[in-house]
Amino acid sequence: MDLVVQIMFGVTGLLILGAAFMVVSVRNIIHAALWLITCFFGIAMLYLLLQAEFLAIVQILLYIGAVAVLVLFAVMLTRQIDDPDEPVLFQRWRSTLLITAILFAAVLVPTIYNHNWLIFADPQPAFAGPRELGFAFMNAYLLPFQIAAVLLLAALVGAIIIAMEDQEQRRVRVLTLAEEVALRGEREPSPPTRPANPQPASSSSNPTPPPAPEQAGEGA
Amino acid sequence: MISAVPLEWVLILASGLFCVGLFGALSRRHAVSMLMGIELMLNAVNINLVAFWRYTQPDEVGGMIFALFVIVVAAAEAAVGLAMAIAIYRTWQTVNVDSVDSLRG
Amino acid sequence: MDIFLIVFLVVQVLIITLAVTTGFAYLTWYERRLLARFQNRVGPNRAGPLGLLQPVADAVKLFFKEDVIPTASDKVVYLLAPVLAVMTAIVIWAVIPFGCFNLNGDHTACFDPARRDEVWNALQVAEVNIGILFILAVTSIGVYGITLAGWASNSKYAMLGGIRASAQLISYELAFGMAVLSVVMFGGTLSTWEIVLAQEGLWFFFPLILGFLLFMISATAELVRTPFDLVEAEQELTSGYNTEYGSMKFALFFMSEYIKMIAMSAIATTLFLGGWRFPGLETLGDGVAALAGPWPAAIIVGLVSLGSFLLKVAMFLFMLVWLRASWPRMRYDQLMQFGWKSLLPLAILNLVMIPVVVVLVPDNRYIQTAILFVLGIAAIFGAARIGGRGRVKSKVELVQPVAEGKQASAASSAPASQQTSGVAS
Repeated sequence: MDLVVQIMFGVTGLLILGAAFMVVSVRNIIHAALWLITCFFGIAMLYLLLQAEFLAIVQILLYIGAVAVLVLFAVMLTRQIDDPDEPVLFQRWRSTLLITAILFAAVLVPTIYNHNWLIFADPQPAFAGPRELGFAFMNAYLLPFQIAAVLLLAALVGAIIIAMEDQEQRRVRVLTLAEEVALRGEREPSPPTRPANPQPASSSSNPTPPPAPEQAGEGA
Repeated sequence: MISAVPLEWVLILASGLFCVGLFGALSRRHAVSMLMGIELMLNAVNINLVAFWRYTQPDEVGGMIFALFVIVVAAAEAAVGLAMAIAIYRTWQTVNVDSVDSLRG
Repeated sequence: MDIFLIVFLVVQVLIITLAVTTGFAYLTWYERRLLARFQNRVGPNRAGPLGLLQPVADAVKLFFKEDVIPTASDKVVYLLAPVLAVMTAIVIWAVIPFGCFNLNGDHTACFDPARRDEVWNALQVAEVNIGILFILAVTSIGVYGITLAGWASNSKYAMLGGIRASAQLISYELAFGMAVLSVVMFGGTLSTWEIVLAQEGLWFFFPLILGFLLFMISATAELVRTPFDLVEAEQELTSGYNTEYGSMKFALFFMSEYIKMIAMSAIATTLFLGGWRFPGLETLGDGVAALAGPWPAAIIVGLVSLGSFLLKVAMFLFMLVWLRASWPRMRYDQLMQFGWKSLLPLAILNLVMIPVVVVLVPDNRYIQTAILFVLGIAAIFGAARIGGRGRVKSKVELVQPVAEGKQASAASSAPASQQTSGVAS
C-alpha cells in the first residue's frame, strides 16, 4: 500500500514539475497557459493525496475554472505579431537560472532536511470538510474573512477601472496586419545586436512551432 | 500518505515548483507569462501550507483556511494583473515588458 | 472484496457513459421530432418506425466522412478541444443520483439521511460531501473545449465564436453558481444525495422559485441554446467555434452539447424537483416489503425512483426544446446586459433573501416556503417591471387602418370580414 502511494506521489510530482517547466520554457504562450492548467490539475491531485478534498475542488473551480480562463482570455486579447527570432526570455536568463538553482539547492533543500519538523504523532485521517471550514470562517477567522471580501471588492473595482477603455481613445476600427506591423516598426527599431535565440535547453524538445497559431486572431 | 511519503518530499516538490515559478517570473518577457510564473509560486506556497496542515496539525482547520486565503489573494492578483496587461497592450500595442520603457532616461 | 468493488465501479461508469451517449443519440431524434411538431412539419420519419433509426444513420454518416485537419491549425490543441468538451460533459454525471437501488436490500435506508452508511446505491457513482462544488467545478472547465477549439482552428469565424462563447459562459457562470448556492443554503448541505433527501414532502422548486428561474435561464445560457445561441449564429459566424471541425470531431462537439443538455436537466431535477423522489414511493416500498420481502421492495423502489427521475428529466428536455422552438435569438449586447445587469443582481437578491427568511422564521419549513414563494414571485414581477420600463415602445402600428374608399365599399359587409381584410393588408 505504501508503495502504491509513493508511486502516485511520484507521478503527481513529476506531472507538476514537468508541466511547470513547460510553462516557463514553451514558446507559444497559449501552450504555456495549457501547461499551466495541467500543472494546476497535478496540484489538485496532490491535494487529494493529502486528503484535502475540499481544497482540491476549490483548486479546480478557482484556478482552472477562473484564473486560467482569465489568463487565456488575456492572451487572446493581447495578441501580437510574433517574430520567431524574437527571444521569449530576457537576456539575463542565465543568471536568473543560476540564482533560482542556487536558491533551490543551497538554501531550500538543506533547510528542509536540517529542520526538525514536529510531525503529528497520531496519523489519523484528518477531515476538514465544508462544514468545519464554514464554522471556522464564521468564528475564529471572521475578521480575515471580511478583509478578504473587501480585498476582492477592491480588486474587482480596480480591475474594471484599469481595463476600462476611454470612449475617446477607442480605436474606431481594428488595425490590419500591415498597419500593425508599421506601427510596431516605428515604435521599436529593433537593436541589431541581440542574442540569436537564448532559450533554455528544455525547449529544445519543442522546436519552433509554425507561427500560424499566434496569428489566429488576425481576422478578429 | 503520511506513513508512505515523508514531509520532506512534499516540501522539496513545493520548493522545486517555487523555483521554477520564480525563474519564469524573472526571465520571461511576456507580461502574462510573468503572471503565470507568479501563479506557480503561489501554488507552491499553497502546497506547503496544506502539507504542514496535514502532517503537523490535521486536527485544526487553520492550514486549510490559510490556503483558501492564498487562493483568494491569487485570484484578486490575477484579475488586477491581467487587467494591467490589457491596459499596457492598449497603450503600447505590446505586452513585452522590455518594450514598455517610456520612463527610462 | 476490494477488487470486486473496483470492478463494480468500472461497470457502473461504463453503463452510465453508454446510457448517456445513447441518450444523446435519441435526444437528437426527440428534439427534431418535437421541433417538427412545433413547426407543423413531420420531422425525420424514414429510417425505421417513427424515424427511430435516424440517430444510427446520422452516426454512420458522420463516421464515414473524411477526417480533415486544417493545415494552419495547431494540431494538438485542435484535437484536444473536442475531447475536453465531451469529457467535462460526461464527468458531471458522477455525482448525480439517478435513483435509490440499495444493494444491501433495505429500501427504508434510502429515505433516512441518518442511515447514509447503510445505503450502497447502484444508481449513483460517487456520493461525495462536496457534490455541488464538483458540479460547479466541472461546468467551469467546460469553457476550455469551446475556447480552445476557436483558437486552434485558426479561422476568423471559429475565433469569434470561441471568444463570444467563453465570454458568455463566464458571465452566466456567476448567476448559475449563485442559483445553485441558494439550494445549498436552503438545504443546508453540499451533497447531492442529502439535497434529494432534504426535499422530503417539499420540492425546493416552491421556496426557491426565484432561484429556479435564475437557474433555468443561466443553464440555458451555459448550454448556448436559443435564445442565447449567438455563439453559433449561422448568419454571422457560419457555425461558430466548430466551423473548422468535421466528421467525428464535429460529432464530439455535438455530443457534448446534448449530453450537457441532459446533464443540466438532471441537475435541475436533483436540485429543484426532488431528484428521484416521487410521492408515495416510501409507502409503495413498505407495501411490497410486507408482501414479498425486502429484496423485491428494494428492486421496486429502485426502478420506480429511476423512472420518476427520467420522467422529470424528459420534462425539462421538453421545456428546452420548447424554448428553442419559440424564442428568437438575442443580440450580443443584450446578452451581456441581461447577464450582468439583470440576472446577477437578482441572484444576489436571492442569496440575501433566503438566509434572512430562514433565520427570521426558524423551524417551520412551510411558513418559510410560503414567505419565500411570495417574495420570489414579487421579485420576478418587480424585475420585469423595472427591466421593461426603459424599453422604447414601438411607434409603428402593426395593423394598418383600412383605407377610406375600401371601408366605404366594405361597409355593407360584416365587421368580421373588415377585420380580416385589415389584418391581411
